[in-house]
Amino acid sequence: MATTAAAGPQSTTGTSVMTNVEAVRSTLHDALVRDDRVLIMGEDVGARGNVFLITKGFLDEFGPQRVVDTPLAEASIIGVAIGMAMEGLRPIAEIQFADFIYPAFNQIVGEAAKTRYRSNGDYTCPLVIRTPYGGGVRGALSHSVSIEALFYHVPGLTILAPSTPADIKGLLNAAIECPDPVLFLEHKKTYRSVKGEVPAGYYTIPIGKADVKKTGTQVTVVSYGYNLHQALDAANRLEGEGVSVEVIDLRSIRPMDKTTILESVRKTRKLLIVHEDNKFGGIGAEISAMVAEEALFDLDAPIRRLCGPDVPAMGYALTLEDEFMISTDAMVEAMRSLAAF
Amino acid sequence: MAKTTTARERRELERGDLTDEQLVAMLRNMLLQRQLDNRGFQLNRQGKIPFALGSEGHEGVQAGAAMAFVRGKDVLVPYYRDLGLALGVGMTPYEILSSLFARVTDRSGGRQFPNHYTNHDKGVLSISSIIAGHCTHAVGVAAAFKYRGESGRAVLCTTGEGATSQGEWHESVNYAAVHQLPIVFLVENNEWAISTPQNMQMRVANVADKAPGYGLPSSVCDGFEPIATYKAMREALDRARSGGGPSIVEAKCYRFLSHSTDDDDRTYRSREIIEEQRKMDPVPRFEQLLIDAGVIDAERAKALRQEVLRETNEATDAAEAQAYPTPQSLYDNVVAGDYHPWQEFS
Amino acid sequence: MPTTITMPQLGETVTEGTVAQWLKKPGDSVEKYEAFVEVSTDKVNAEVPAPVSGVIRELIVKEGETVPTGAPIAIIDEVGAAAQTPAPHGSASPSEQVANLAAEANHQASDEPVPGGNVGLSSTTFTAPSLANGNGSAVVANGFVAASAAPGGLRVSPAVRRLAREHRIDLARVHGSGEGGRITANDILAAAKAGPSAGVAATISADNAVYTAPAPPSAPAAPAPSPAGGGRATYAQARPGDLIPLTQARKIIAQRMVESKHTAPHAWTMVEVDVTNVWKWRTCEKDAFERENGVKLTLLPFFVRAAVEALAQFPLMNASFTEEGIRVHAEVNIGLAIAADGNLIVPVIRNADRLSIKGLAIAAGALIDKARRGKLGADDLAAGTFTVNNTGANGSVLSAPILVPGQTGIVTTEAIVKRPVVRDDDAIVVRSMMNVCLSLDHRVVDGAVASGFLSDLKRRLEAMGPSGSL
Repeated sequence: MATTAAAGPQSTTGTSVMTNVEAVRSTLHDALVRDDRVLIMGEDVGARGNVFLITKGFLDEFGPQRVVDTPLAEASIIGVAIGMAMEGLRPIAEIQFADFIYPAFNQIVGEAAKTRYRSNGDYTCPLVIRTPYGGGVRGALSHSVSIEALFYHVPGLTILAPSTPADIKGLLNAAIECPDPVLFLEHKKTYRSVKGEVPAGYYTIPIGKADVKKTGTQVTVVSYGYNLHQALDAANRLEGEGVSVEVIDLRSIRPMDKTTILESVRKTRKLLIVHEDNKFGGIGAEISAMVAEEALFDLDAPIRRLCGPDVPAMGYALTLEDEFMISTDAMVEAMRSLAAF
Repeated sequence: MAKTTTARERRELERGDLTDEQLVAMLRNMLLQRQLDNRGFQLNRQGKIPFALGSEGHEGVQAGAAMAFVRGKDVLVPYYRDLGLALGVGMTPYEILSSLFARVTDRSGGRQFPNHYTNHDKGVLSISSIIAGHCTHAVGVAAAFKYRGESGRAVLCTTGEGATSQGEWHESVNYAAVHQLPIVFLVENNEWAISTPQNMQMRVANVADKAPGYGLPSSVCDGFEPIATYKAMREALDRARSGGGPSIVEAKCYRFLSHSTDDDDRTYRSREIIEEQRKMDPVPRFEQLLIDAGVIDAERAKALRQEVLRETNEATDAAEAQAYPTPQSLYDNVVAGDYHPWQEFS
Repeated sequence: MPTTITMPQLGETVTEGTVAQWLKKPGDSVEKYEAFVEVSTDKVNAEVPAPVSGVIRELIVKEGETVPTGAPIAIIDEVGAAAQTPAPHGSASPSEQVANLAAEANHQASDEPVPGGNVGLSSTTFTAPSLANGNGSAVVANGFVAASAAPGGLRVSPAVRRLAREHRIDLARVHGSGEGGRITANDILAAAKAGPSAGVAATISADNAVYTAPAPPSAPAAPAPSPAGGGRATYAQARPGDLIPLTQARKIIAQRMVESKHTAPHAWTMVEVDVTNVWKWRTCEKDAFERENGVKLTLLPFFVRAAVEALAQFPLMNASFTEEGIRVHAEVNIGLAIAADGNLIVPVIRNADRLSIKGLAIAAGALIDKARRGKLGADDLAAGTFTVNNTGANGSVLSAPILVPGQTGIVTTEAIVKRPVVRDDDAIVVRSMMNVCLSLDHRVVDGAVASGFLSDLKRRLEAMGPSGSL
């Protein structure tokens, strides 16, 4: 399933079509060329070129100092990167799968997020942590989780989850530029299945800004990741039925774009939040609370959340994975019924 | 009483390459550390500060290690018992007391627990309270030195022996060893991690015994002997600075006091053992050593103590007179720019 | 100079300490930082160092005695030029400071009822619930849109509620096109385009009946003009730069106000009334009254009672100027001026002179309730002979009301304010004072009659007290 991404910022000298994974790769490559302080570190990023081939060839081009194969130890991958960042480099640390990030939780939440705060600005931590997340690839219990809800709660962290190639490039560049730690989430199911136009040249997208990927009048849908593309499919299907759905791509989980969400909700008066992550305590809860606080008297229906089930992970068997993942049909039904409410 | 000394006795001091000035500086550092340490407890017992954590017993280690540290080039990544090292690399009593009193003049703006030193200008890395949480950062700083091709610089990462049980200490040492980074892991083994004695922390008799497991050189020194510590640290740091890679230095010392003002060590160790160890207290012993060796006389020693007391008193009064951080300052420096998680765009 | 030493807090959760042993006695000198007492708590035993140098003057607590943290334990006479170490900002601990601030905030919220009665509906118009007052309880909005009267008892969404109020749509008359017959926001917007609800139309034609008698009613109520574009400028939410279309009711009010001012030469007078006693009476009776009669007891019925008695003495105040002569009315029908949704409505208590205070309270309550629900009929609004306006509900202390066309007097009850008052024996006492203002048609009466009426009203009101009967 390929969708055409909405045009990103103004094209400079043309655009090229690429997949999400190619957008990650080319952005990383350009960053290594552009800025001496940038280096990539993680498991298998050097000789193997990353398990998704994102850094293939980088070791030869940039050398082992700038593309570092680390020992198999997530806490130190992040911890050492933190030390480098505190000392003035711009490390991009990779956690091979988001499911492996837990040993590094201490370093991310207890150390990186607090570096600027606890030193009152004496030290900063311009660190990017990249990791593929999400399911639908037969990855089973430990290669499919979503982790944004665990981290978006933490002041001091920035969490990004762009869904299209143009957004990936703009936000990854912004993350590398950002003087504070950024967790950059890449939905692995979209790596090769999502293609779009990407403007040439260097650009960034403002961190925190969401994007209306499709305008509509009757229902607002907020989503990100693989679900975003399903939501667009569902919305396009419903256009044919005369139901007009507006789809917002969050792009940034923390900080989150209040303006775009409220503007849309005030227009359509109905809000559906779709995320693959477990429902209880997922980011949909925070969006719901904010909208209830700020736009209660604009709501013509209860806020609805269509989310992953509250079980630890999706199973290996296809029946189990399909039960966990939200289908496009389910989204169509949710949007349709909300519009008719 | 002053003794005249002969040249032979001076040689017997085994001072290595340390000059008289350096030896006196080390003594002064130890005296100041002891005095500031006590001041923390006094202020706590007066009800003026809620928490203090002492470092009695570590003065020798830290004076020796500080003397081997090159200011302006090396970076110190300390742990919370490193008052002497912090002073030894250039932090001031006023900074220390600002931190104890949690005043706005503290470098962390009154945010950090006491003894969590930070000073970017002086090469002291900011740390958290997570044991061994700082070790990977120390490795990262050393990695940055190597990345930039800077020789002549090393990272001094200190911990107690308890921290060496943490997975992250292991990962740090391993990473540094694999990538041959310019870092020295100094373990100040004072035998106690709060109430856990060393033999419940590890199976080996010396932390340094773990070093071969990483493929690293190591040494063990008497942490009550500042000169011996200096020599061991000098060797390790020189090795790191010149591209010879990391090493582990274990300095044996003893924790004379409870872990902190919130700990009562009478519940887990005997007074007799502590008294035995106190006989080896490095501060009076080093003072006496220098007097015996003719480096200073008793008058000078007394003057040093008074100087250090005066400095402590002045710093105490000056820090205490400062303001607390404003409530509004709570919201500063979460991230560069606006800290609010919900952003509004016009 | 003497310095008092207090029991320090040795440990975060410790609340008291015991003096285990004094290391000094009175008369001993002590150095700053020298240990002078041994204190024990359940967490730790410690020697406490002196905060100043000096001589021990007094040991307040005995050995073995336990005192709370912060209690004085000794006094030292400070000696030497040591600077006083200033106490850190705020001697209270941070949690104490926070607790103090919270206590202050709670004291500011007041439970006293607003004196002057609650005739004005403005205090009960629909407001957004405020979610954070001092004790954390939410203030529930008193919307008077007939949401609960929706068919089938369906609940309405916040958007529907708000839109219905803004467009003055009676939900009872809207067909719901949503799921299960739910009224949707679009249904409201569609209804707004179609015209005002019957409830509002009734109010407008009732207005016509009052203000245009004896003239025949003007053309039937025209639909409220639809708001321009998406701007939706409304009277209720007027913003700078708005051009708010005139509703029919507003047009009529404007017309009648001009007519009144241009026809009757308005004169004005005022008295100050000591309502201390009558307020006391009201306060005594109100809870029981509300329980027994289901209606609030405000100052209004007391006032109206005094007014009708005074009108009996000064019947010219209950009259109308006509070309044929001054018609002195047989009935005393008291109009109560009420603000409802930006419009002025004056429902009338018929034959108010035949009602006791209790009867007046019940009659007024019924009319106000009807007004709130938009259910006033033409009968409720017709034949007023004298009008009362509780301007004081909004804090006013002086008003110059405009006569209802055809009436000779309109009287206001201003805010009740506690003032120092000089008694006949020159004593200064604090009394609850309420100004009563009167606009009069100077064609019918002059100052002497008007003042006489007002003084009589004042005297009667001041004579009311707890010994009376409702």
